[in-house]
Amino acid sequence: MILINDDTKLVVQGITGGEGSFHTAQMIEYGTRVVAGVTPGKGGQTTEQGVPVFNTVQEAKDKTGVNTSVIFVPPPFAADAIMEAVDAGLDLVICITEGIPTADMVKVHDFMSGKHTRLVGPNCPGVISPGSGKVGIMPGFIHEKGTVGVISRSGTLTYEAVHQLSSRGIGQSTCIGIGGDPIIGSNFIDLLTLFNEDPGTDAVVMIGEIGGTAEEEAAAWAQDNFNKPIVAFIAGTTAPPGRRMGHAGAIISGGKGTAADKIAALKAAGIAVSESPAGIGELMEKVLKK
Amino acid sequence: MNIHEYQAKEIFRKYNVPVPNGGVAFSVDEALKVAEALDAKIYVVKAQIHAGGRGKAGGVKIAKSMDEVRSYADDILGATLVTHQTGPEGKTVARLLIEEGIDIARELYMGIVLDRQSGRFVFMVSTEGGMEIEKVAEETPEKIVKEWIEPGIGLQGFQARKLAFALGLEGVQVNQGLKFMFALWDAFNASDASLVEINPLVVTGSGDVMALDAKMNFDDNALFRHSDILEFRDLSEEEPSEVEASKYNLNYIKLDGNVGCMVNGAGLAMGTMDIIKLYGGEPANFLDVGGVANPDTVANGFRIIMSDENVKAVLINIFGGIVRCDRIAQGIVQALTAVQVDVPVVVRLAGTNAKEGAQILAESKMDFIVATSLAEAAEKVTAAIKE
Repeated sequence: MILINDDTKLVVQGITGGEGSFHTAQMIEYGTRVVAGVTPGKGGQTTEQGVPVFNTVQEAKDKTGVNTSVIFVPPPFAADAIMEAVDAGLDLVICITEGIPTADMVKVHDFMSGKHTRLVGPNCPGVISPGSGKVGIMPGFIHEKGTVGVISRSGTLTYEAVHQLSSRGIGQSTCIGIGGDPIIGSNFIDLLTLFNEDPGTDAVVMIGEIGGTAEEEAAAWAQDNFNKPIVAFIAGTTAPPGRRMGHAGAIISGGKGTAADKIAALKAAGIAVSESPAGIGELMEKVLKK
Repeated sequence: MNIHEYQAKEIFRKYNVPVPNGGVAFSVDEALKVAEALDAKIYVVKAQIHAGGRGKAGGVKIAKSMDEVRSYADDILGATLVTHQTGPEGKTVARLLIEEGIDIARELYMGIVLDRQSGRFVFMVSTEGGMEIEKVAEETPEKIVKEWIEPGIGLQGFQARKLAFALGLEGVQVNQGLKFMFALWDAFNASDASLVEINPLVVTGSGDVMALDAKMNFDDNALFRHSDILEFRDLSEEEPSEVEASKYNLNYIKLDGNVGCMVNGAGLAMGTMDIIKLYGGEPANFLDVGGVANPDTVANGFRIIMSDENVKAVLINIFGGIVRCDRIAQGIVQALTAVQVDVPVVVRLAGTNAKEGAQILAESKMDFIVATSLAEAAEKVTAAIKE
C-alpha cells in the first residue's frame, strides 16, 4: 500500500462543517486514526467522536503529531487551507473540495514547489488503503484488501471499477482519486512511481478522462519506467469538443485531450485498454492470469 | 463562461488595452446611432455570437456609408450564422458591434491560457495573425512564442520584450506593445479569466498596436468573486434546457442521440454515455446529478431529459456511495409519479443499499426495467430503443 497506512495520523480541516463532521464519523468507523480537527475560531472544542479541534494546523501537529490532512473547506478558502497544511510540514494533504478557482490553484502549485508535502486532489474522492484506512468520501465497503492499485481522475467511476475488481475477488492495495480539476497535486506518474516501488502492489488500474495530456505523458513514462501491468480506461469517447463535462478539467479544447488520442497513446505504450467501462475488472482478471 | 466580443472589449477598455472605438447595437436604429457617434469614414458591422469564424460565415461586413451600415445591420441582425464552432444548426444574431474601420498594416496573434502541465498561465504570441491558431500550432509550432508567467510575480519586462521582438514590433511600437501586454495581463489576472485571445492583434497604418478582435472566457469556479462579469452572461447563447438544469445545480449537456441518461458523478456519466454508444445506441445527453440525488433532483433531471423530444429511452445509473440507493429508488418512484415519462426507463443501482433500492422499485408496480450491472443496463436500454 502507498500513501495511507497504519502510521497515518489524520487531521480533518473543516471538521465542524456539515461535510467534514459527517465524513469524520465515516472515516473513524472505517478504522482511520483521526486524531485532530481544525476549524479556525473553534479551537478547544471536541467533536461528538471525541476528536479535539484546533485553531491552526500547526497547533494540531504540535499537540497530536498528525502527518496527514484531509480538507473539507469550502472552495473560496480551500487553497488557503492547502497552503496552511503544507506550511505546517505535513507529509500528505488530500483535498476533497470541488470548485476551487484555477488561479488559486496556480498559486498553490507554486507555493508547494521545493517543499516535501505531497498533495492529492483537489476535487477528488480521496485515498483508501483497504483494511488499513480511508481518507476521503468513498464507500469503504466496496473495497477488498489486495494487491491491485487504482489511480483515477474520477469519483463514482472509480467506485464502479473497484466494484468490478472486488466482485471478481481482486483486492486493492491503495485506491487514489487524483481529482478532476485542470491543476492537481499528484498526477498519474507521481503515483505510478510509488506503486512501482511498493512490494504490496502487483498491477495498477488507471482511469483517465478527456482533457489535458496527463494520460499521454503517463503512458510514455510507464513504457520506459513501470515494470508492473497496467489496465486503463478513458472516459469521454462520446464527449463533444469544447464542452466542460462536469469536471473543470474534462474538456477537449483546440483539438487536444480527446479520448481517442489518449487510448492510442496508452496502447502504443503496451498498456491494456478496456473499451468499455464495464470491462475493467474482467480485463484486469485476464492480465493477472498471464 | 463565455462572453461576447463587445463585452471583452469593454473589459479591455477598463484596463487600458487599446481597442477600436465602437459600441453594441440591438437594432438597426441603434446601429446607426452608434455609427453616427463614431465620426469615421469606414465602419465595421460585426455579428456578436459566442462562436468564432464569423467573418467566413458573412457575419462581419465593412460599410463605407451610413446606408451601408443600415443595410448590413438589417441583413445580419436576425440571420443565422453557421461557422465551424456553431454546429450545423448555427446561431441567430441578436446583437451587433459597430466599430470604426481600422487601417491594418500587420495582423498578429496574442493569447493567454492555462498550461496544465506546468500549472502556470502562459502568454503566447505569433506573427501569424488572422489564421486559426490551432492550425499554426500544428503546422508551424515554431511560429508561436511563449512565456510562462510566474505566479505572484506576474508578467515581467524582459518577458514582454521577448514577445514584442518576436512579433517584429519596431521603434515606438515596442513600447506600445509592452504597455499593451501589461494591460492585457492585468485584465486577465484581475478578472480570473481562463482564456484571452486576440486574433488579430493589429499594427495600424499609423503604427499603433490595437486589439481588433477580443475573446475572453472565465473560470466558472471564480465567478463568485466577480459579480460584474457574471452580468455579462447571455442566456440566449446557451441551450435552454442547460440553463434550466443549471437552476437546479444539475450538470446537463444536450447531445444529439436518443438515449437519455441520469448518472451521479461526471466520470461515470461520461462512462455511461460511452457504453451506450458501444452497445449501438446514441446518448441524448450528459447529466450528472451530483452527490445529493434526492427526489427533487431526480424529478428535475427527468423533466430536463424528457424536454428533449429525441429521447426514446432513459438509463438511470447510480453508484451509491454516501448516497444510499434505497433513497434514490424512492426518489425515482416519487419523481415518476410527478413527471410523466412515456418511454422505457432502465434503472441500475449499485453500491450502498442497492438491494433495498431494487426492492423498492419492484414493489412500486411501475414499469421499470431493472439491471444489476453496467453492461446489462446498456444492453437493456439499447434493446428498448430498438423495440
